[in-house]
Formats: sequence, C-alpha cells, structure tokens
Amino acid sequence: MSKTIIPFGPQHPVLPEPIHVSLTVEDEIVTEAVPAFGYVHRGLEKLAEKKDFNQMIQVVERVCGICSMIHAMCYCEGLETLMNVEVPRRAKLLRVIWSELHRIHSHLLWLGLYADAFGFESVFMQFWKIRERIMDINEATAGNRVIVSVNQVGGVRRDLSPSQLKWILDEITVVEKEMKSMESTMLNDYTVKKRTVGIGVLTREMAYELGASGPVLRASGIAQDMRQLKYEAFDELDFEPVVEQDGDCYARGVIRFRETMQSIDIVRQAISRLPQGDTFVKVKGKPEGEIVTRVEQPRGECLYYIKANKTKFLDRLRIRTPTFANIPPLAAMLPGIELADVPVVILSIDPCISCTER
Amino acid sequence: MILDTLHLTKETLREEVEKMKSKGYRFVTITCLEIDEDFVELLYHFDKDLELIHYRMQVAKGTTMPSVSTIFFAAFLVENEIYDQFGIKFDDLVLDFGGTLYLDEDEEEVTSTPFCRYSVKRK
Repeated sequence: MSKTIIPFGPQHPVLPEPIHVSLTVEDEIVTEAVPAFGYVHRGLEKLAEKKDFNQMIQVVERVCGICSMIHAMCYCEGLETLMNVEVPRRAKLLRVIWSELHRIHSHLLWLGLYADAFGFESVFMQFWKIRERIMDINEATAGNRVIVSVNQVGGVRRDLSPSQLKWILDEITVVEKEMKSMESTMLNDYTVKKRTVGIGVLTREMAYELGASGPVLRASGIAQDMRQLKYEAFDELDFEPVVEQDGDCYARGVIRFRETMQSIDIVRQAISRLPQGDTFVKVKGKPEGEIVTRVEQPRGECLYYIKANKTKFLDRLRIRTPTFANIPPLAAMLPGIELADVPVVILSIDPCISCTER
Repeated sequence: MILDTLHLTKETLREEVEKMKSKGYRFVTITCLEIDEDFVELLYHFDKDLELIHYRMQVAKGTTMPSVSTIFFAAFLVENEIYDQFGIKFDDLVLDFGGTLYLDEDEEEVTSTPFCRYSVKRK
C-alpha cells in the first residue's frame, strides 16, 4: 500500500483551537505524525518587557482562558516568594477554591468535547449543562465566567461572603449528583468503551521518558501531581493523585472524570477550613532574583520561570505549559492507530493551543 | 534569591543529560534568556519525585548547540522554539523545523531573533 499524507487541522470539527498534524497513512493506519504550530502565537512572554510585573497578572491570565486563574496564581506565588510576602491563610484557601472550580469546569468542558469527538452528542450536552453551574459561580463571585481575575501579588482581590460560600456548597452538591448520574454512561457505556479502550496507548515508560504531564501522565500509572508540592493551602487538605494504569484514551477520560469529583471534595474541604481574616497584604518594593514555580493545571504541570532585577519590568518570564509537554507524547501515540481514531486520541491530551503558543 | 543551579558546558552537555536520564530524571524544559548583546543563558530543568534540578550555561549568540532530543525526545519542541525566538540552533534535532516552528518561512522575522532585545542576524 502506498503512503498517503493527510493534513489534520488547523481547522477540524474536534479542534477548538488550531493545530496542524501532518499524518502519513498506509492502508488507513497512521505511520507518522508531524505536528505544526504558529497559528495563534502571541509572544506573551515578551510582553514582560513592556508591562510592569503587576500588569503582567492580566497578561498571564490570558495565556489560556480555561486555566486563567491557575496561571495567575502560579505567577503571583513566584513573585510573592521573591518579595518575601506572606500571603494570608484565607487568601490561600480562596485561591484553592477558585482554582479547583477552574479544574472542574475545564474537565467538564473536556468531557463534553470528548463525547462529541466520538459522536455521543447527548453526553456532550449533559456535561456542558452541568458546567454552567460552575460558570455561574465564577460570574457571581468574580464578575466573569472564564477569566475570573482574582489574583494579585499578596493575595486575592475578592472575598467570598458566608451566603456565597453556602450557595457554592449547594451548587457543587448538585454538580456532584449530576456527575454521578453520568458516571455509568461515561465509564461503562459500550459506545464509549468501543471508541476509547486500547486506543492511543502510552505506556508508563513512554509517558515518563517523553515528559508527559497531568492526566496524560497519571493515566499511564505515574502518581505525579504538582498539588503534592503543597503549594498555597494544599498542606492542610487531604489529597492523593488520581491514577489509572492502562494509558489509553479511556484511562485519560476516567482520570478527568474522577478528578472532577475530587475537586468537588477539595472545594468542600477548603470552605470548611476557611478562617476569618484578611484576603491580601499590601506589597511594597520590587521583585529581585530568579525563581521557578510549578502548579497543577487541569491539563498538568505548569512551570513559571521568573527573573527580576528590582525594577518594575521583569528580565524574563518563561512559561512551560502542560500541553507543550504533552505534544511529544501525542506524536508518539498516533503512529499505529487507525485514521478514524486520530480525533479522539488528539483530544485525549486535552490540547490547549493558546497555552502551547503563548 | 538566585536559583540553585549546576554548571554545564557545551562539551559536557550530552554526557550530563545522559547521566540524568540514567538516574531516572524526567526532562521538564529548557529556559533561554538573554544576558547581554553577545550572550544568552540556557537553563535545563529536570525533575525526579517532584524535585527540580537546574543546569545553567552561557553561550554566545549564534552558537550551534548539541541537541538533547536524541536523549529525551521531549526536548525537540523547546529546542525548535529557542531557535525561533533566540536564534540558538541545535544540531541533530530529531524533528527540525528549521526556524519555522511558529514563524512563517516567508516572513522577514525569520531572519532575526524576536525574543532578544539586541537582535542578531541569523546565519
């Protein structure tokens, strides 16, 4: 059988963002996959030379909408360490609450898109319906549905009132109940399994060596999650990474489903431990030195390198996003699979091209 | 606060990275930053059991570096990105975009180093 080269993307029904993959196929089987980028690169890291370190919070929030809060949290945490700022406990727990709400709505968005990719449109609609409750919480507590913009160097810019906290607890209880009603469909349905079990397998060794991160890494049996670093208030919260062993598309789906449930539990824990007190401390001076900070975004490990020189502009801001780390594993997952499975496998890494190209 | 880093040279790079791999470290990324008109710095980040190790080296702008993508396949993407942004070329890349990872071949910027304050012409 002769080789055929098929372009996948940059515009494709399963891709919310543009990435191009050049697929070499022989008799419907992919033999080689070469990714290509450059459709949405914005050079946001370079903006650190023109926007002061406080303005850069708004910039890093726009690296990616879906995990905007966690980008800003990682950036602020780095600067706070450089400036020896002790963030109030209440602010740390509030950051955990908003960041886990982001993880919930990101995973729900993905679960819907994933179901849509293998043609299960009613499941897609259900997950996105459930997600609306989280978006409503974001809007009610921060004024925006996606980019909540709550972080500042020294804490958070908004607080949650007792009535809001009670409402959040009520809402996530409904989300939990609705998720449970979807559990048997998402995890046991014949159609779902037929399209995902044994597809796009990434072994434990491959995942580690190829630098995979987040759910892609944990679906291959490696219990690594940056929340184990106990950043912000994770030192007082019960948390264990969710791990699956099979490394296929199904396992990656199970990880995200279970992590959604786990995040609901973390939000509950954070609310129950929320102390009275300030939500920020006033920060004086300018940052100096260099630091690397890491947090766990919905898609995996995110690393910020910050170098500051005691002026209002940073010397260098470097952001290594999780999808950037998951592109090499994706390139290794695609050869050997059928052409019809390519959309599902690509979607299984939860690709965020805005993050990748920054 | 200065990052705790280990020193590296162009000559010892591959050997050190091989050692890291044999010790069970995972490649995280490379950070490139401009030092002055003539030099950039490369920071290689590795992770094992949530502990990061950083290697640092200074190289002259326009230098061609040995690629570590033959040791860690994951490095090909960031090495291509550094070539696009800082003009540091990497030899023996497993997947070489030739300076067009983000930039279009026809664009004039390909001949410069967009992430450097002091831009240099690419060779």
